[in-house]
Amino acid sequence: MKQIKTEIRLAGSGGQGLITAGIILAEAAILDNKNVVQSQSYGPEARGGASRAEIIIANGPIYFPKATWVDILLAMTQKASDQYSFDLKAGGIFIVDTTYVNQIPTSSALAIPISSRTREKFGKELFSNIVALGVICETTKVVSAQALQAAVSARVPAGTEKLNTDALAFGRKLAKEAIKKNNGVEVEVIEADS
Amino acid sequence: MSKKTSYQLMQGNEAVAEGALASGVSFFAGYPITPSTEIAEILADRLPESGGKFIQMEDEIGSIAAIIGASIGGSKSLTATSGPGFSLMQENLGFACLAEIPLVIVNVMRAGPSTGLPTSPSQGDVMQARWGTHGDHPIIVLTPSSVEEAFHYTTKAVNFSEKYRNPVIVLMDEVIGHMRARVNLPPQSMVERINRVQPNMPPEWYLPYERSANGVAPMASFGDGYRYHITGLVHDAKGFPTANPNEARDNIRGLFAKIERGFREICLVDYELMEDAEHAIVAYGSMVLSARSALEQLRKSGIKVGLIKLGTLWPFPRFALEHYLPQLKTVLVPELNMGQIYREVLRVNAGKSQIEKINRVNGTIIAPDEIVKTVKGMIR
Repeated sequence: MKQIKTEIRLAGSGGQGLITAGIILAEAAILDNKNVVQSQSYGPEARGGASRAEIIIANGPIYFPKATWVDILLAMTQKASDQYSFDLKAGGIFIVDTTYVNQIPTSSALAIPISSRTREKFGKELFSNIVALGVICETTKVVSAQALQAAVSARVPAGTEKLNTDALAFGRKLAKEAIKKNNGVEVEVIEADS
Repeated sequence: MSKKTSYQLMQGNEAVAEGALASGVSFFAGYPITPSTEIAEILADRLPESGGKFIQMEDEIGSIAAIIGASIGGSKSLTATSGPGFSLMQENLGFACLAEIPLVIVNVMRAGPSTGLPTSPSQGDVMQARWGTHGDHPIIVLTPSSVEEAFHYTTKAVNFSEKYRNPVIVLMDEVIGHMRARVNLPPQSMVERINRVQPNMPPEWYLPYERSANGVAPMASFGDGYRYHITGLVHDAKGFPTANPNEARDNIRGLFAKIERGFREICLVDYELMEDAEHAIVAYGSMVLSARSALEQLRKSGIKVGLIKLGTLWPFPRFALEHYLPQLKTVLVPELNMGQIYREVLRVNAGKSQIEKINRVNGTIIAPDEIVKTVKGMIR
C-alpha cells in the first residue's frame, strides 16, 4: 500500500472556531478509517490571539504530530496568510478567506470571502469554520463528504445540526464557484477516496 | 464512509481523565491551569456521575492538601496542574512522601520558570519532579509519549501509588496533553485496579507504619475505627514523632527500600530497533515522536540507530542504558530543557560512549530533521 500522508493547517485568530474545525476534520478522518493526529497552538487569549489547528491524516503510522510542510493551508487572517504561506508544499492547496486577507501572496491561492459570504447567508459569521470545512472537503477530498457530514453532526451543539449541514453545503457551493472562476483551473486533488 | 470503527479521537488530557476514572479514582481537587485544565474540566463532569467528588480549590496548596485528606479517608485521589501549581504543591508532596499517602499528581509541563510560556511545551520539570520537595525521598515519575499511554500510564500511576503507598507524578508535556489522536482504549472492566492493603488485625493491635514483608505498611482509612497519628515529623511504627537515630533510619530507609523492591516493575522502558543498533536516541514524552520519525529516515539511509523510550524517569531506569551501552558508539538525548535527563545518561554512561544532546527552551519542539542532522553529524 502506498503511504499517503496529508498535512493540513487551519490558521486564523481565536474565536474563528478553527480548533473545533480541526477536531471535526480529524474525526471525519477516523470515520474514513484513516489514522489521524490533531494538534493546536494558541495564545493565552480566548479571542483575538493567533490560533492554529493542525491535522495530519495518513493511511499508515504518524510519528511526528506537528505539520512541517503543509499540503493544505487555510488562512483566515492576513497574519496567518503572511506567516504560513511559505510552509506550503509545492502543489499544495492554499485557501484564503478574503474577508480578512487583503494581500494574497500567490495567484495560485483559492480566494473565497468565506466569512462575509457566511454572514450574508446565515446572518452571522459563527458558521464560517463549518463553511470552511465544506470548502476544504470540496477542493481537496481529503475526507469523504459523508464522513465530514457525520463528524459535523456529531460534534455541533444539539439543535444546530440542520444549520451546520447547510453551512457545509454552502461551503461546497462556494468552492465550486471559486474553482470555476479560476478559469476552470483544476485544483489538484490530493487523494481519491473510495 | 467505510465500516464502523471502535477508534475515537481523543486528547492526551482527556485520556488522563479516562485513565483516572478507569483506575478507580473517586476524588479530584485542583485549581485549573493551562495546559492541564481539560483534566479538571472532564473530571468535574464525570466524577459526580460515578459517585465521586470534584472540588475546585482556592489554590494548588489547598488542592494537594485536599487529595492527601481524601486519600487518608480511603479514596483514590488525583490532582492535575502545571509548573507554577506544581511548585506550590512541593511542601505537601514531601508530607505525602514521608507520611506514605497514595496520591497522583499530573503535571502537564509548560515552559518556565515562573509563569513562563503558558501554552507552550517544555520538559523543564524533570528535576523538580525528582527533587522539588526538600529532604531525601524516593518518588515515582511516569511520562507518557502518546495519547494511549496517557491513559495507561495514569492507571499505572494510580496502581503504583496504592501498591507502594507513595505519591506518583505523571509528568506530561504540553504536546502530549493537547494533541488528539486516534485511540482504541480498553473498557473500564479490563483495566487492572490495585487497592492499598488494609489492616486485618483488631484496631488496638494496629501499628500504622509497621511494614509488612513487602516493605509497605497496611493503611487504614480514617473513619474505619483505626485511630492513628499522621505527622510530617520523622516517626516510629506507631506514627508518633521520634528523634531516635535507629527509628529515624528505619523510617527514611524504609521509604527507599519499598521503591527499590519494586524498581523493575516501576521502570517502564521500551526499546525500538535496538537489536542491531550502533547508535541510540534516548527520549521521553513528545521527543519520542520526533525520534521515531527521525529513526525512520535514518534507517532508510542505512544508519543503525534505535530508540530507548523512557516511560519512567524516576527512579531512573539505568539498566536500560547499561544493557545497550557496550554495543553503542553514540547516544543522543533530545530534550525540551537544558539537559536534565542528559545528565542521568552521562552518569550511567561513565565515559563508555559518546553522548550528545539537543536542547530546546523556546516553547517550540525539536523537529525530526534536527535529530537526523545531529545523528549524522555525530557519526561523521
